Amino acid sequence: MAQPAFKTVPPPAGPAPRPSGSARILRLPGRAPGARPTGWRARAGALAATILPPLVVIAALLVLWQIAFGKPGAALPPPSVIWSEAKDLILDPFFVNGSQDIGLGLRVLTSLERVIYGFGLAAIVGVLLGALVGQSVWATRGLDPLFQVLRTVPPLAWLPISLAAFRDANPSAIFVIFITAIWPVIINTAVGIRQIPQDYRNVAEVLRLNTVEFFFKIMVPSAAPYIFTGLRIGIGLSWLAIVAAEMLTGGVGIGFFIWDAWNSSRLPDIIVALVYIGLVGFALDRLVALVGRVVTRGVSVT
Amino acid sequence: MPGYLKLDHLAKTFARNGQASEVLRDINLVIDQGEFVSIIGHSGCGKSTLLNIIAGLTPVTLGAVLLENREVNAPGPDRAVVFQNHSLLPWLTVYENVKLAVDKVFAGRKSRAERHDWIMANLDLVQMGHARDKRPAEISGGMKQRVGIARALAMEPKILLLDEPFGALDALTRAHLQDSVMDIHARLGNTMIMITHDVDEAVLLSDRIVMMTNGPAATIGEVLPVTLQRPRRRLELVSDPRYVAARETVLRFLYERHRFVEAA
Repeated sequence: MAQPAFKTVPPPAGPAPRPSGSARILRLPGRAPGARPTGWRARAGALAATILPPLVVIAALLVLWQIAFGKPGAALPPPSVIWSEAKDLILDPFFVNGSQDIGLGLRVLTSLERVIYGFGLAAIVGVLLGALVGQSVWATRGLDPLFQVLRTVPPLAWLPISLAAFRDANPSAIFVIFITAIWPVIINTAVGIRQIPQDYRNVAEVLRLNTVEFFFKIMVPSAAPYIFTGLRIGIGLSWLAIVAAEMLTGGVGIGFFIWDAWNSSRLPDIIVALVYIGLVGFALDRLVALVGRVVTRGVSVT
Repeated sequence: MPGYLKLDHLAKTFARNGQASEVLRDINLVIDQGEFVSIIGHSGCGKSTLLNIIAGLTPVTLGAVLLENREVNAPGPDRAVVFQNHSLLPWLTVYENVKLAVDKVFAGRKSRAERHDWIMANLDLVQMGHARDKRPAEISGGMKQRVGIARALAMEPKILLLDEPFGALDALTRAHLQDSVMDIHARLGNTMIMITHDVDEAVLLSDRIVMMTNGPAATIGEVLPVTLQRPRRRLELVSDPRYVAARETVLRFLYERHRFVEAA
C-alpha cells in the first residue's frame, strides 16, 4: 500500500507481499476513471450484442419482403399493407368488439387453456407411465411396442375418433393435445428412470422407502433432467397440435382464427397470427426449460 | 454380546447367460457386538458381494445371515451402509440427505424437533454441521464421505457396514477420516464391518482382520485378531512391534500365500 508511484509503469517484479492488490492500486493514478468499463456498461454491451444481430436480420428481411411483394397485384401482402390493415390486431391483443371479434391475445389465451389441460394431463400420465415402463421389464415388453406404433400417428389423425368419443369440440381438442404430448414424456421418463444409479436404489432399499416415497424422493428428482427434456418436446408438440386441431374444430382459438381469416381472405391477419403463434410457442418452450433448470439444479452433478 | 452377527455357511453363485460362477463359498464368521472387523482381500475376491449380502442387497444362494439370532435377508436401516462412492442424493443438501434417513427411520418415534436435533447431532459428530445447507457437488470427497457416515449413523444401526469407505480419497483425507471413524467407534461402541484393500487401514482400525482367499469361490482364509489397545495413534503404532507383526501377517497372506494373479 505504501508503494511509491514510480512503480506504476513496470509491473512489480520484486517480492511484493500482495501482488494482485498492489497491482490494482498502482494502476489507478495512471488511467482516467472512465477508461475501465463499469458493470452496467459491460452488461449493456453484452445485451446489445445479443439483441442487435436479430434486430438487424429482421429489419433486412422486412425490407426484402416489402420489395418482393410491394407491387400491386402481388400474391401476398407486404409488411406495409399488413401494418395498415391489421394494426388493431398488432397493437391491442386484448380488445373485445363482440363474441367473434376479439384480440389475438385473448384467442391465444383460449388456445393456451386447452394446452394447459391437455399438456398437464399428458405430463402427469406420461411421467407415471414412463416410471412404470422404466421400472418394470415386463411393462416395457408389454407396452413399448404399443407406444412405438401409436406415437407415430399424426395428431390430427386422432381428431375424428376423439370427436366421435367426446361428441364435443373442446374435450376433443384437449385429447388431441394429450395424445400428442404424452409420447415424448413417457419415453424420456422411462429412459431417465433406467438411468437411476444403482447406488440411489441401494440407499432407498436400506431405508426401506415404499413405492410412493421411492417415486417422489428418488425417481422423480433423479430422472428430472430426462423428464424435462420430454416435457419440453411435449409442449412444443402440443402447440403444434392445438393450432391444427382448432382449425378443424372451430370455436374460439388462434387456430380457428387463421382458418376463419383464410376463408374471408384476410391474409394480413393470418400473418399477424403466425407471429403470435411463433412467439407464444417460443415462450412456452423457454418457460418449460426455465422450470426445468430451477427444478433440476444440482441433479446432473454427481 | 457375543455372537451378535453370524454368517452361517454363506455361499453365492451368480448365474449369467446360463453360466454359473461361484463367487463365495462356505463363509463362516461370528462377530460380537461392538467389534470392528475388517474384511481384506484382492479385488474381485467377492468382499463387496459379502458386504452386500450382509446388508441384504444381494440374496444368498446358500446359508444365512443371522443378526441377534434372527435371519436377515432384506435390506434395512439396522444394517446401515456407507457406500464406496458416498451415494448422497445430489439434489438434496447435506442436511436433507441425513433428514431423508432420519425421517424414515424415526417416523412416529421422534418429534420434528427431536429429529432436527438428531440430524444436527450426527452432522456435528462427523464435523459437518457447518456445511448443512451445501449440496454434495459443493463439498469435497472427504466431506461427502463424512456426510455418508453421518447418514448411516443417524439410522442408529445395529451394524455399520463400510464398503471401502475411504478408497476414493487422498492419503491425508483418508487418515483424517480413519481417525474420525476410530473416534466414533470408541464413543458409540457400534459394531462395524469394513471392506478395505489397505493393509495399514485394516490393522489400525480393526479388532479382527478377516482375510479372503482369491476368487472364484473365495472364502475366509485366515482371521487375525489385532490386540493393540485403544485409543490407537498412528504415529505411535508405526514402531510398535505388534503393529508391525500384524501388518506383516496380512501382507504375507496377501502377497505370498494368496498372490493376486492378474486375470489369466
